[in-house]
Amino acid sequence: MIGRFLEWIGRPVREVVEHTGFAARSLLTLLGQCLGALRRPALISEQIHFIGNYSLVIIVVSGLFVGMVLGLQGYYTLNSYGAEEQLGKVVALSLLRELGPVVTALLFAGRAGTSLTAQIGLMKAGEQLSAMEMMAINPIQRVLAPRFLAGIIAMPILAAIFSAVGIVGGYLIGVKLIGVDAGAFWSQMQAGVDIWKDIFNGVIKSVVFGVVVTFTALFQGYQAQPTPEDVARATTRTVVTASLLVWGLDFVLTALMFNK
Amino acid sequence: MSNLVEIRDLHFAYGSRPILSDLQMDFPRGKVIAVMGGSGCGKTTVLRLIGGQIRPQRGAVTVDGEVVHQLDTEGLYRLRRKMGMLFQFGALFTDLSVFENVAFPLREHTDLPDELIRDLVLMKLNAVGLRNAHKLKPAEISGGMARRVAVARAIALDPQLIMYDEPFAGLDPISMGVTANLIRRLNDALGSTSILVSHDVHECFEIADYVYFMSAGKIVAHGTPADLRQSEDPYVKQFINAAPDGPVPFHYPGRSLADDLGLGAAA
Repeated sequence: MIGRFLEWIGRPVREVVEHTGFAARSLLTLLGQCLGALRRPALISEQIHFIGNYSLVIIVVSGLFVGMVLGLQGYYTLNSYGAEEQLGKVVALSLLRELGPVVTALLFAGRAGTSLTAQIGLMKAGEQLSAMEMMAINPIQRVLAPRFLAGIIAMPILAAIFSAVGIVGGYLIGVKLIGVDAGAFWSQMQAGVDIWKDIFNGVIKSVVFGVVVTFTALFQGYQAQPTPEDVARATTRTVVTASLLVWGLDFVLTALMFNK
Repeated sequence: MSNLVEIRDLHFAYGSRPILSDLQMDFPRGKVIAVMGGSGCGKTTVLRLIGGQIRPQRGAVTVDGEVVHQLDTEGLYRLRRKMGMLFQFGALFTDLSVFENVAFPLREHTDLPDELIRDLVLMKLNAVGLRNAHKLKPAEISGGMARRVAVARAIALDPQLIMYDEPFAGLDPISMGVTANLIRRLNDALGSTSILVSHDVHECFEIADYVYFMSAGKIVAHGTPADLRQSEDPYVKQFINAAPDGPVPFHYPGRSLADDLGLGAAA
């Protein structure tokens, strides 16, 4: 009875540990190959264009709406304390510390992560990666590493754009529509946002999310079985795993960064 | 050494499922050697072992004097630069044009100027008859043409050894003949050695200097095409004559039809 219970518990635990260990080793291999990939910046910039540029529209539109909603919600809450001139600070801090990095990472997983997984999975299914290996070209260095580096570079830039557009959205609603004083809006923001504590920590978060989301997408694509079903499943796994990791890591990072 | 590739006492298994056992093969320089056999007999596995993509459990593959599975990654990559491989469906890079596919190994492995790469690529494409298709994407050409582009890519660095995995599979008779001629012509022009894994008797016997017949992971017969045509070996005879039944059974092994229909007692 107890033996069976232990077996029931033990197997999934062992599988999780084994899988995590394997993923960690793959990440180390990928990081090792990044040194070689850095020697070819053209390949990286091509991928930044591919995964960064194509995510731009969804990032800008989402950022604008998130900022506008923050403007509305922030105003109604602050108004009840007579503190609506704090609106600029509330909008900016919400975006820079949390929403910018987190929502960008989630959108990035859905927009760029899925296409990376599908692309790598299909390249593998079409034996393109094997063909590269037989040409004495390391596919991890030639295909995966430039995409990984591009994801890490693109994510903070996209998060910054998200936050900037969000602040504009908050300004449009708060100042232009509702009529909060523009001077108060900007000066409170300027006074309340710290470059290291708020902006820099937000950048660190988005770099970490860039590593996690891009690695998850590449790992799932590279490990997918070369069948249409499994490439489809891997694409789904990318979104689910990357999103959960982003939420979990966001909590850990926030706890580390903003403790008293 | 007259053999470019030698296989000795080779044993390979996926887990506990043996694929190849006690294989002995020689691939002399300058020759076209065909490895033939039914689907799933381990032919492609032989190519993967020669290319060092998988490691044998026992025995060794020697390519140009080097034991493949004993090489480190760098050594293996150095050795692979002497090899070209044609994958079953071409394995072209779908995001690159025909031209860029053939240029790919040149750009990766050499520092040649663009003008020279252009000339080399056009010459390789000319050799496979597709110079004028160089601007097209792999999705815009037929399966047979894609296979020929992949041949041009495989020979881009003038390899000593060219391996063809099922080069005739799924081709129409004209493309088949074109591809077969191409394999022979390229081998002789480049002075390389070609290993041809296939189950197309007619094409292989036409161009091969020597043929190995495999069944269930073992060599069952070998010789020149002329020898094998005279062979009395039941497997070779079944294969060459394309007989539906013989040593290779039509039915998947298991229970008999009478058992399945409950006729066992009556029989």
